[in-house]
Amino acid sequence: MTSIPEAAALPAASLRSNSLLRLTLRRLTRQRNARVGLTILISLILVAAFAPLIAPYEPNRDLIGIEPVTQRQKPCIHLLGCPADQPQHIMGIDANYRDVFSRVVYGTRVSLMVGFTTIGMAILVGTLLGAVAGYAGGWADNVIMRFMDVLLAFPGFLLAIAIITVLGRGLQNALYAIAIVNIPHFARVVRASVLSIKEQEFVAATRALGASDTRILFLRILPNALPPLIVQGTLGIAGAILEAAALSFLGIGAQPPTPEWGTMLGTERNQVFTAPHLVFFPGIAIMITVLAFNLLGDGLRDAMDPRLAQVSKPR
Amino acid sequence: MAIRKRKPNGSAPILEVRNLTTYFYTEDGVVKAVDGVDFFVRHGEVLGLVGESGCGKSITSLSILRLIDRPGEIVAGEVVFEGDDLLKKPMADMVDIRGDRISMIFQQPKSSLNPVFTIGDQIVEVFEIHEQADKEAAWEKAVGLLRLVGIADPESKAHTYPHQLSGGQAQRVMIAMAMALQPELLIADEPTTALDVTIQAQILDLIRELNEATGTAVILITHDLGLIAEMADRVAVMYAGRIVEEVEVETLFKQALHPYTQGLIDSIPVLGAVKERLNTIPGGVPNLIDLPPGCRFAPRCRAREEYGLSICTEVEPSLAEAKPGHKVRCWLYEDHSGHDAPLKPREAKARKKDRP
Amino acid sequence: MTALPSQPNGRNSKLVEVRNLVKYFPVRGGVLQQVVAHVQAVDDVSFEIIEGETLGLVGESGCGKTTVGRTMLRLEEPTSGQVLFSGVDTLSLKGDDLKRLRREMQIVFQDPFASLDPRLPIGESIAEGLIIHGAGNARERYAQVIEALGRVGLEVYHANRYPHEFSGGQRQRIGIARALVMSPRFIVLDEPVSALDVSIQAEVLNILKELQDSMGLTYLFVAHNLAVVEHISDRVAVMYLGKIVEVAGRADLFHNPLHPYTQALMSAIPMPDPTLKRDRVILKGDVPSPLNPPSGCRFHPRCPIAEERCSVEEPLLRELKPGHTVACHFADQFVMS
Repeated sequence: MTSIPEAAALPAASLRSNSLLRLTLRRLTRQRNARVGLTILISLILVAAFAPLIAPYEPNRDLIGIEPVTQRQKPCIHLLGCPADQPQHIMGIDANYRDVFSRVVYGTRVSLMVGFTTIGMAILVGTLLGAVAGYAGGWADNVIMRFMDVLLAFPGFLLAIAIITVLGRGLQNALYAIAIVNIPHFARVVRASVLSIKEQEFVAATRALGASDTRILFLRILPNALPPLIVQGTLGIAGAILEAAALSFLGIGAQPPTPEWGTMLGTERNQVFTAPHLVFFPGIAIMITVLAFNLLGDGLRDAMDPRLAQVSKPR
Repeated sequence: MAIRKRKPNGSAPILEVRNLTTYFYTEDGVVKAVDGVDFFVRHGEVLGLVGESGCGKSITSLSILRLIDRPGEIVAGEVVFEGDDLLKKPMADMVDIRGDRISMIFQQPKSSLNPVFTIGDQIVEVFEIHEQADKEAAWEKAVGLLRLVGIADPESKAHTYPHQLSGGQAQRVMIAMAMALQPELLIADEPTTALDVTIQAQILDLIRELNEATGTAVILITHDLGLIAEMADRVAVMYAGRIVEEVEVETLFKQALHPYTQGLIDSIPVLGAVKERLNTIPGGVPNLIDLPPGCRFAPRCRAREEYGLSICTEVEPSLAEAKPGHKVRCWLYEDHSGHDAPLKPREAKARKKDRP
Repeated sequence: MTALPSQPNGRNSKLVEVRNLVKYFPVRGGVLQQVVAHVQAVDDVSFEIIEGETLGLVGESGCGKTTVGRTMLRLEEPTSGQVLFSGVDTLSLKGDDLKRLRREMQIVFQDPFASLDPRLPIGESIAEGLIIHGAGNARERYAQVIEALGRVGLEVYHANRYPHEFSGGQRQRIGIARALVMSPRFIVLDEPVSALDVSIQAEVLNILKELQDSMGLTYLFVAHNLAVVEHISDRVAVMYLGKIVEVAGRADLFHNPLHPYTQALMSAIPMPDPTLKRDRVILKGDVPSPLNPPSGCRFHPRCPIAEERCSVEEPLLRELKPGHTVACHFADQFVMS
């Protein structure tokens, strides 16, 4: 039999297929905010990866006896008129005679690591819990989600502090604490998407083909639940970096001499007026990083939402 | 339902749309949703605007009321309503015209009503906006309107919220709101598509009664040729952003001229007339961003092949009168001496032997 | 592939038999989410489908027709009743037996946009059933996918494209191909053309008919559009509020509808002929809620010929003409020979 070949409806030129991923990336790169966020993020990752090449000094090495430095010395930048016979320290020297620029550069590693690992853990656990709750429903849903509600009932930061109090201070425990605090957010997002996706007809179609529940959940439903998860994850990384910095600022996160931005802020917080460069540069670093993730997250949200697809009007 | 009375043919148009052009500027390109549309509506008549999804019929109606939002824009044309070009009016004047002189009902009555107000309040609001009526008199009028559109027990129904209504009732309420100020023109955009057939019959009856009783002209937008046959006096057929045929309803179903209209009529299954296969129109609707050169229907047109016309894919035909009162946009009916295509009898007899 | 015992393939052998099917959906309310009521979506429905025929199941929204189709395929578990497929009670099947049954009974859904996984190239969507059933190696599966695509009029290169790149009509063909690739004997077509434009609808209907002829398929065609149902069905069952009110051969039903509801449904359909003048039966009121259906005959509050008895006594399906059954106390007056 031949009914009318509808192939004509598709322009033959576009033989290359457009997956949703490719479409999303294309839409993402069309947004200025997302481009800015992505650019900053890529630069940060490069900085973190090549920290030893970029940083002129070891981050924890004190320069007493090596160079003529003074405690909390102001930035010395040759281009801006700092005498050429002085060694250059573009972000100055801290209370322990260390090069602040090198510490800020190495701090990128810590912060990105904190952001990605905590949110990675939170996504892993949250997705699993949310997916089971949403797909199974009934008592499993009730038990899991009420537990999540309990976690959410605490102010997140206080809960993190409480968890660290139990586990003991230190960067690693701070990571666990932040991850735990973030789990309920991801569980909720995933549960909501699973609930709506499992009612879609393509899921029923897969079931009619004889697919098992695990196949349906992991191969059909979860991949389609990813977009909101990715958005929430990206924004979550920004939050996690802030939380980790805050915990370190309070002295219960990363411990000195780890080059962590929050710790750097915390240890020098009393010198804001006498040596502002010691808090200014780590602060700016935190701000830029958080901003990058937020811009990217917002961009991803717009790029993945088909309703916002139409914009831009050339006149 | 009784025999339909025909309205006089000679009355002057209440609305004349000329060269209406609405484009949407999207990331992927310019979507020519409405591209040079011409038609008119006479006083008191029901004009059917028929076409498949994406042909631009709804955008046409929204353009008449200038309800087009970014990224869409009305780029050209005139919408002459009672002598005034609506497209030249300041927006403030449009607000007064909408709902008062031209009103509109939509496909999804439930989402067209505000869920947090009672339906009585929503009808009263219409009076408050346009007439500064006092609240009590307006409420009385609202109840009267609900009774008019066939809502049982209107006094208490006026106090209910939209979610308490069925789809059919909600559409009746929408019609009550639309008719509240006795508009001269009612635009009904797929008013019954979301409703069941038995409810659809009720709503159609209501629209027809109101049309006959108040003389309000109606533009009925639909994809359902059955609705057109039952409701419309005259029909404009849209395809890919253009009107391709415009004629009185009897003539359209007896002797459609445009190959697209013919194909459309042939492709619907008709109750009580079983065929082994239905006729189809090959291919799909063209992409409105990247339209074919020449006639927009040419790539799917069987008649073009039968008659061996080559001009169709090169030059677009104009919407011209092929017979008195019967306009069609097709080269088959154009006496076009500059081209050596075999030109066709003005009747489209050849059509029916399409498929055995 | 016939794991299920099949009956002798005579002309009139029943392929599917539905007996007293009931599906209630619980409605929960209150703080403790107790069951406060039931939506009586399908209430004691029985019918059979002969091998090779198309049974049309028609009714308005909320009448339970879709639930019947989905329950037959075990996409919903029925409250009670039996569904026999080739004599086997499908509702008692579990595990591998159920999985095997699913090869033989397939479904095509209404919404061609929602019924395909947006992340999968359509070739993979079509192949998924074969993968689940471990049918053949990758090469054999590919060949089957290509064959199924060909049967519905799509091209080989379409296999690598994603659902959003297709028009509505094409997607519905993909949905059909996904069902076909399993070589089923029975397909539930759940409003397969109601989301499509008329010219596209005609194509899909033609394809369905051609496939039935060439592959000997049996269909349950669920729809609300009587004209479409008439076009494709051999026999038609009319549902109202969870009950079947009339079953008859196509010609008989359309020339001599016996149930007042069927008559009203038919006269409500707008006909594409402006010269036609019809005596219309316009029903008053709305379809009642299946949460709390009327007593007696469920149609009595809207029925033009209802009498006292109708609100008390529920009419049973009676055979008033050979092969033409109706559930109405007063239908005898309409019988034409």
